[in-house]
Amino acid sequence: MLAQHSTVSLVRPCFLSGSQVVLKIIKHYQEEGQGSEVVQGVLLGLVVEDRLEITNCFPFPQHTEEDADFDEVQYQMEMMRSLRHVNIDHLHVGWYQSTFYGSFVSRALLDSQFSYQHAIEESVVLIYDPIKTAQGSLSLKAYRLTPKLMEICKEKDFSAEGLKKAAVGYENMFEEVPIVIKNSHLISVLLWELEEKSTVPSKHELLSLSSSSHLEKSLQMLMDRVDDMSQDIVKFNTFSRNTSKQQQQKHQYIQRRQQENTQRQSRGEPPLPEEDISKMFKPPQPPPRMDTLLIAGQINTYCQTVKEFTSQNLGKLFMAEALQGHNS
Amino acid sequence: MSVYGPVVKIHPVVVASIVDSYERRNEGASRVIGTLLGTIDKHSVEVTNCFSVPHNESEDEVAVDMEFAKNMYELHRKVSPSEVIIGWYATGYDITEHSVLIHEYYSREAQNPIHLTVDTALQSGKMSVRAYLSAPMGVPGKTVGVMFTPLSVKYVYYDTECIGIELLQKTRTSPSRTNGLTSDLTQVAGSAAQTQEMLSTVLAYIEDVLAGKVTADNSVGRYLMDLVDKVPMIPAEDFETMLNSNINDLLMVTYLTNLTQTQIALNEKLSPFLPTRPSPYPSSFILFKLLMPKA
Repeated sequence: MLAQHSTVSLVRPCFLSGSQVVLKIIKHYQEEGQGSEVVQGVLLGLVVEDRLEITNCFPFPQHTEEDADFDEVQYQMEMMRSLRHVNIDHLHVGWYQSTFYGSFVSRALLDSQFSYQHAIEESVVLIYDPIKTAQGSLSLKAYRLTPKLMEICKEKDFSAEGLKKAAVGYENMFEEVPIVIKNSHLISVLLWELEEKSTVPSKHELLSLSSSSHLEKSLQMLMDRVDDMSQDIVKFNTFSRNTSKQQQQKHQYIQRRQQENTQRQSRGEPPLPEEDISKMFKPPQPPPRMDTLLIAGQINTYCQTVKEFTSQNLGKLFMAEALQGHNS
Repeated sequence: MSVYGPVVKIHPVVVASIVDSYERRNEGASRVIGTLLGTIDKHSVEVTNCFSVPHNESEDEVAVDMEFAKNMYELHRKVSPSEVIIGWYATGYDITEHSVLIHEYYSREAQNPIHLTVDTALQSGKMSVRAYLSAPMGVPGKTVGVMFTPLSVKYVYYDTECIGIELLQKTRTSPSRTNGLTSDLTQVAGSAAQTQEMLSTVLAYIEDVLAGKVTADNSVGRYLMDLVDKVPMIPAEDFETMLNSNINDLLMVTYLTNLTQTQIALNEKLSPFLPTRPSPYPSSFILFKLLMPKA
C-alpha cells in the first residue's frame, strides 16, 4: 500500500494549516461516531504551486433511513457558499473518513477518491484511526491513488487483462502522503495559553503495556480478511479449472467433428455443417480481479499496522525489563 | 431562566476556530464575531463548536447577517442535533456598546447567552479568553443598562483531543512551526525521553533536599514513596517468564504477518497466469493452504 522506500522522497507532503482541522476531525468522531460507524467529512483548502494545503473541514451528517430525501449535494453547496462569506477557502481538496481498526480499503473508498482526484489532482483522503489515537499517538494518514490506478479507474476496465496491462499490484494502489502540520504564530500563542491554563495532565497512554485486546482485534480482522482472500482464490481456481475443462471439451468436439467429416467424405456424404462452437460452449464468467486486489491491499494495511504495534510493544517490554533489572 | 454556575467549559477546537476566523477577517474589520454552539447542563455550559458570522461594524452602527447565522445553525444541526446556540463570541479585549446590541439579538435565540471574548490582539500580553453573562442593572423604570458579569473559563478535553493537542504542542518548539507525524517507535522513544526528563527533575529536587538546600516537603515525600512503590516487586524468575512469553507472542505475531505479506505477494505474482492456456493446478492455492492451516 505504501510507496516503495525509494520513492518516498518524491511524494510531496501535504500541509495541514492550523490545528482546527485536526481538532475538528477528532471532535466529529468523538461526538457522532460511537461504535463502528464511519464518519466522513469534506476537506477544504487550496492548491499552491502543486502543494496541497488543507485549511478547514466540515463534517457530513450520518446517513439515516429516515431522511431519505436528504440531499447531500445541497448540504455541501450550502455549506460551501456560507463558508465563502467568511473567507474560508471553499475549494474541495479531499475528504476524511474515520476507520475501524484500520479497515478502509473498499470499493466505495476507491470510487469516491477517484472522483475527487479526477477533479483535483492533488486531492487526498485522510484516514483517522480513533482507536489507535486513543492508545497514545495521533493516527492520521493521507492517501492518494497512484496514477496507474487512476488510469484503470478511468477506463473502468477491472478485468484481469486490464490490471495486468497497467501492472498494478496491491502495493501500488495507494501512495501515502506525509502530513506536515503548520501553525501560525497566533495559534502558537494559543497553544502556550492552553499549556498554562490546562489542568489536564498529559496522558501517558503511549507507555501502557496492556494493549493486547487491540492486538487481538486486529488479528481477528486480519484472519477474516485472509478467509475472504482464500474464498476468492477458490473461486478463481474453480473458474480456471472450468475454463480448461471447457477448452478440452471444445477440442474433443472439434476432433470428433473432423473425424466424422472425414468418415462422411470417405462415404461420399456431404459434411456436417460447421456449427458455431462458441455458442455451444459458453465461456464461464471470469471473476472480477479488482476485489482480490482490494482484499490484498487491506491485508497489507492490517499487517503493517500489526507490525508497527508489535515493534512499539517490544520496545515497551524492554523498558519494563530495564526498570525491573534496576530494582532487583 | 436558568442561571449557570460560574464555570464555562470550552473545548480547544472552539478557540482554534476563532483564531483561524480572526486571521481570515475582511480588510478593515477589527474584530470577528460568531455563534457558539454547545450543550447546557444543569450547572455548567459546555462549548463544543462555533462558526463565524459576517458582520459590519462602524462608529455608530453594527449590522449582523442574521439570515446567515440561522442558515449555518440549521446546517450544523444536521450533523450534530444535540448542539444548541448557547451564546456568541467576539475577538478583542473590551466589550463595546455594539456588543450589547449583538448580545440582545442573541438573547432572542437562546436563554441567557454567554458572551466569550478572545483577545487575539494580545492586548494584555497574553491571549486571554473570558466569558460573560449579562445581567440587567440600573434603576428600574429610569435608566436601565446591562452589566456583563464574568464567569470562569475551564478547558475540557476528550481523551483523543488530549493526544491531538499534545502533538500540536510540538509545533511550538520547531522553528518553522511545522511538525510531521512520526512513526510509532520514535513516539515511544519520545515518551520515554519525556519520562526521563521528569525523573531527572525529581532527582535534582531530591538531591537539593538531601544537601539541605531546600526544605523537605512531607506531601512531596509521600508522592515519591508512592512512585517508588508503584514499581512492582516481582521475583526475578517470574518476571523473566512473563517477559519472555510476552516477547514470544509479539515475535510470533510479527512472523505471521510477515508470512501473510509474503503470501499475498506470491499470490499476486502467480495469478497473472490467465486461464486461456491450460494452467497447472494453481500452486499458489496449495501453498496458501499448507502455510495457513485453518481449523
